[in-house]
Amino acid sequence: MRPYLARFSAQFRMLLQYREAALAGLATQFFWGVIRIMIFDAFYRTTTAAQPLTFEQTVSYVWLGQALFHLTPYRLDNELVQSIRSGDVVYQMLRPVSVYWSWFARGLALRTAPTLLRALPMFLITIPFFGLELPVSWAAFGAFMLSIVGAALLSAALTTLASTVSVWTISGNGISMLLLGSVALFSGSLVPLPLMPDWAQGILNFLPFRGIADVPFRLWIGDLAASEVFALLGQQLIWTLAIAFISQLILKHGLKRMVIQGG
Amino acid sequence: MAFVHVSDLCKTYRIAKRDSGAWGAVRGVFKREYKDIQALRNLSFDIERGELVGYIGPNGAGKSTTIKILSGILVPTSGACIVDDLVPWESRRSHVSRIGVVFGQRTQLWWDLPVVESFQLLKEIYRVSETTYRDSLDELVELLSLQSLLDTPVRQLSLGQRMRCDLAASLLHKPSILFLDEPTIGLDAVSKLAVRDFIRELNERRNVTVILTTHDMDDIEALCRRIMLINNGQLLFDGKLDGLRKQVSSERHLRLTLTHSEEIFADPDLRVVRQDDGQVILAFDPTHVPTAEMIARVTSEHAVSDLYVENPPIEEIIARFYEGEGQ
Repeated sequence: MRPYLARFSAQFRMLLQYREAALAGLATQFFWGVIRIMIFDAFYRTTTAAQPLTFEQTVSYVWLGQALFHLTPYRLDNELVQSIRSGDVVYQMLRPVSVYWSWFARGLALRTAPTLLRALPMFLITIPFFGLELPVSWAAFGAFMLSIVGAALLSAALTTLASTVSVWTISGNGISMLLLGSVALFSGSLVPLPLMPDWAQGILNFLPFRGIADVPFRLWIGDLAASEVFALLGQQLIWTLAIAFISQLILKHGLKRMVIQGG
Repeated sequence: MAFVHVSDLCKTYRIAKRDSGAWGAVRGVFKREYKDIQALRNLSFDIERGELVGYIGPNGAGKSTTIKILSGILVPTSGACIVDDLVPWESRRSHVSRIGVVFGQRTQLWWDLPVVESFQLLKEIYRVSETTYRDSLDELVELLSLQSLLDTPVRQLSLGQRMRCDLAASLLHKPSILFLDEPTIGLDAVSKLAVRDFIRELNERRNVTVILTTHDMDDIEALCRRIMLINNGQLLFDGKLDGLRKQVSSERHLRLTLTHSEEIFADPDLRVVRQDDGQVILAFDPTHVPTAEMIARVTSEHAVSDLYVENPPIEEIIARFYEGEGQ
């Protein structure tokens, strides 16, 4: 564990340095949140059918998504992909550690450090002034916190999967973009999953993506019972391990055929 | 068995061929044609513990490929390779914990972190104990004069400073063998000297085996007792620098400064390499005419104000060696 913890901690501390970026990002995410809520406001005013979430729950769901935006793997680990392109990745292969789990440690830092910088101020603005309701109970809050840990691990696994696919350089890039696109659509970070059509619910519940956003958000707003958290956490962890396993196969195969670029 | 043993090593790269232009790109999607490039052809050599070997050859000769195979990050197409009783690519993790590698054109330090934090991270990654780390760091800081650099972020270092830090980074875990891929590339004269002194010290004092690839012939002349010359993936020469000299030509150079700039050298045993104002370089064969006699002949026939005998520069020797191979 020692090398991976060190890797995580160094990356985490480095990312905490980018406070100006966090401030700018915070403003962007705030305005996006306002726009999304305006759209849902229009939707709820005109709809006549009963909806699975109340308008207030949807507002909270949207704000949680904006506050925890960086927890979702919305983009590649660019620095790592760049080092694969340039060949600097060679040094990572010269270390007596698993390349995969070092990348995973990086990915975990990449998902958690920026989230930490942005989430707290966002909560401070939106809870008192913009309709983010507090968790429905202490149990719901506890379940949310546990689920966030699962979400961070799962998100790190997906980030690292996208990086390992990039070992196939050009063709890999397309697959990564597809993967990250699926995340946006199927995790609930665009549209709350309960508002998706009924026929899609079975697939959405099976796929790993909801574990990144939808599950913790619904625990917070009480749409999923706090007592379900262990089963949900189990699903997050199983997917994390499965994705880690697949990524390691891809990486092993990819590194074998990789020619380190540029002499 | 030798410390490093390489026999019949071959590496073939498969490269997708693509016709130029838009049509070529479209065709490439459906039908791929591959071209095989043989980077190494039956390469064999042995290196003993404590040797300092210069591994030289033109661009694309196969130097980096060899280094990558020896350090365990590239799998050869065929052939055997054993470093310190391990097959590098089969036991990558145990192998890499015993070697140090520096690529002159890349850095292994974390760009945004102060140098010392990179070192601490490497300490964790190599699972180096606190006492070994202290010991190693103190020695390296002293030998490479790093004290004032430790707290500087890597992105603010000059190239020479960065190279010194990179060298230290590759040695914190006390490897028994060090691969240096062009460690002096782009450095100024002072930094080059510092790096060379350090490499020599490391090899002599710590008995670290060093394999050095370089295009800088001064590096070779200053450091390497043994050189291996490679071209087109084949070993052309393996031995001492003097041996290479003799094999190519036994010529010596006479460097003269003349009192009068207009002199004509008609001696059939002399070849004019360059004549530029009063500065002249003449080549002769000391096995044919002894050096002392040649000096006597030249000084009696010409007004010479200064005279200096030297070996032809190593660049010239190697260039001629390649020419000889080409024919």
